[in-house]
Amino acid sequence: MKRETLDVKRENARSACGTSTLVAVILCLSVSPAVAQTTLAPPQDVRAFDTPSDGGGSLTVLWPPAPYDSAAARYQVLLSEGTTVPDPAAMKVVAEFPANQHYVRESKWPWWTKPTTGDQHQITLRNGRGVELKDGTAYSITVAAVLNDDRGIAMPIQATPQPNWINWNQMNNLMLALLFGGIVFYAISTARKREIFLRRIPGLAAVDEAIGRATELGKPILYLTGAHDMSDPSTIAAAVILGRVAKRAAAYETDLLVPHRDPITMAVCQEITKQAYLEAGKPDLYKDDSNFFITSDQFSYTAAVDGIMLRKRPAANFFMGHYFAEALLLTETGASTGAIQIAGTDADHQLPFFVTTCDYTLIGEELYAASAYLSREPVQVGTLRGQDIGKALILGVLGIGTILATLGILFEAQWPHVFLDLFRDVK
Amino acid sequence: MIFLRRQVPLLITLITGLVFAAQYYVPHPASEQMLTSVTKWLQIIGGFALVLGVSSLFHVHAVKIRRKEAGWGYSFVLYVSMLSTIAIGLWSNGKEAVDGTMTSFGWIYNFMMVPLQGTMFAILAFFIASAAYRSFRARSREAAVLLIAAVIVMMGRVPLGEYLIPLSGDLSQWILNVLNASVRRAILIGVSLGTVALSIKIIFGMERSYLGGGKE
Repeated sequence: MKRETLDVKRENARSACGTSTLVAVILCLSVSPAVAQTTLAPPQDVRAFDTPSDGGGSLTVLWPPAPYDSAAARYQVLLSEGTTVPDPAAMKVVAEFPANQHYVRESKWPWWTKPTTGDQHQITLRNGRGVELKDGTAYSITVAAVLNDDRGIAMPIQATPQPNWINWNQMNNLMLALLFGGIVFYAISTARKREIFLRRIPGLAAVDEAIGRATELGKPILYLTGAHDMSDPSTIAAAVILGRVAKRAAAYETDLLVPHRDPITMAVCQEITKQAYLEAGKPDLYKDDSNFFITSDQFSYTAAVDGIMLRKRPAANFFMGHYFAEALLLTETGASTGAIQIAGTDADHQLPFFVTTCDYTLIGEELYAASAYLSREPVQVGTLRGQDIGKALILGVLGIGTILATLGILFEAQWPHVFLDLFRDVK
Repeated sequence: MIFLRRQVPLLITLITGLVFAAQYYVPHPASEQMLTSVTKWLQIIGGFALVLGVSSLFHVHAVKIRRKEAGWGYSFVLYVSMLSTIAIGLWSNGKEAVDGTMTSFGWIYNFMMVPLQGTMFAILAFFIASAAYRSFRARSREAAVLLIAAVIVMMGRVPLGEYLIPLSGDLSQWILNVLNASVRRAILIGVSLGTVALSIKIIFGMERSYLGGGKE
């Protein structure tokens, strides 16, 4: 009985030994990758925080460069929801890239919001592409370095994405807008005290000539306000010029045709035209139909206006505002009728067509200057002077920047880049 | 009355102008939500304004037909096409296709509107040719410069041109990247400053002519 018991015990012990050996082998096998993970030094001083100056749903991770930074090594950014991470190796890899990429210096942060030096690694995690970051929820983040089969994982850290109320990255824009606004107000106050010289703009000087010609020929004036609606500054500028043109047309008792693509623009222009006729002392000559709607469709509108040009043969055509592909179709048809044509646009891609087919073209800012030129009011003229000062400042910076960049290349110097970076960030 | 016609619109312009200028610097979702809402308002107002536009269109052409003005036949065609399109559109519930089958409304759009639009756009090629012919006649020094630059660019942009004059490829790139781009940027800087200045004038009520002229 005893012998039997001993045999059973021996058998059990042998079996237990075999099992423990198997467990040990399995453990060894399962542990061996963990051992390999620890052979590569993990990234040090990893920082993670809510991305500043954004609308939320974003986290930024920073860490300093490591000796193994090269194209052969890789960095992985790992993320998991919550503040506790039992096993960092099990965290989800949300970004992976060669270890010689993603530096702070490559980011678009201006110098006043840059969180660290340019040589540090940086990655910004945003919602999308397998990442879902909820505002107000804490996340654990870490960075792993991978080289061949080795993987070193840094200690996870916590960060919570939050939306921000101010975008500090755009403060340069605000400062420049305030500076420019200040210059404009200063120029207006100067213009109120003394007269400011305005250079002759042939296109605007020809407005009277064009209206006079239409009057002599007994033909109408055609005025277009462009393709955009009233929310576009070029349409507003076109509507303002329409007021001046309508006033002269009323004084000369010449018919005015203003076909529109946008009903709201039509309603605004009706008011402007009515007021112009009133100011000219000819309210009885005003017709509600002088401003009329055609269609919002680009080429249908073009075909209709071309038809008006060919049937009514206006003696003067005005093309103010923003235009697209219809520009040449309109102006070339107008040129074929022999009308005097004045265009004014801020659409730089259509300028060549206007210059080619119109008698006079207001290029870019001249469209916005037209109101001041035609009215000669101090407020308007002062604004023009403010624009000129702004342009002088920009030209000055462009000139200095060009000289500094040239010097930097000629003498292989780094110091000009300090100023060039400053100009780039402030622009 | 003047208060309603002048002061109230100016006040609304001032407040909304400043709020939406500030909105550009506020990335918070609440700010984005406000912008989205206002954009929707604009779309709704635009929808209502279309009634104004269509009534203007009906009125202008009705007068033409009634008075039998020159070209009144076109106005009649417009009336017939517009009313029939509206009727067919309502009949098709405004849908261009149902279960993959084109509706009458879809047929009008795809086989009448689209080809007509395409035709108008295609005419542009002939207009470019005629405009180029007129402007490239070297009647003045400026026109001669334009002609030479245009010939170089044209030669550099087509394979045969570059084959005949190998230098034209690099030269046209230089003209486009250096001369053309710098002038374009200069124009854009002027336009941007003009836009900002006009916006300032409108927001602070210095430019009021868009309200119907007058200085009061």
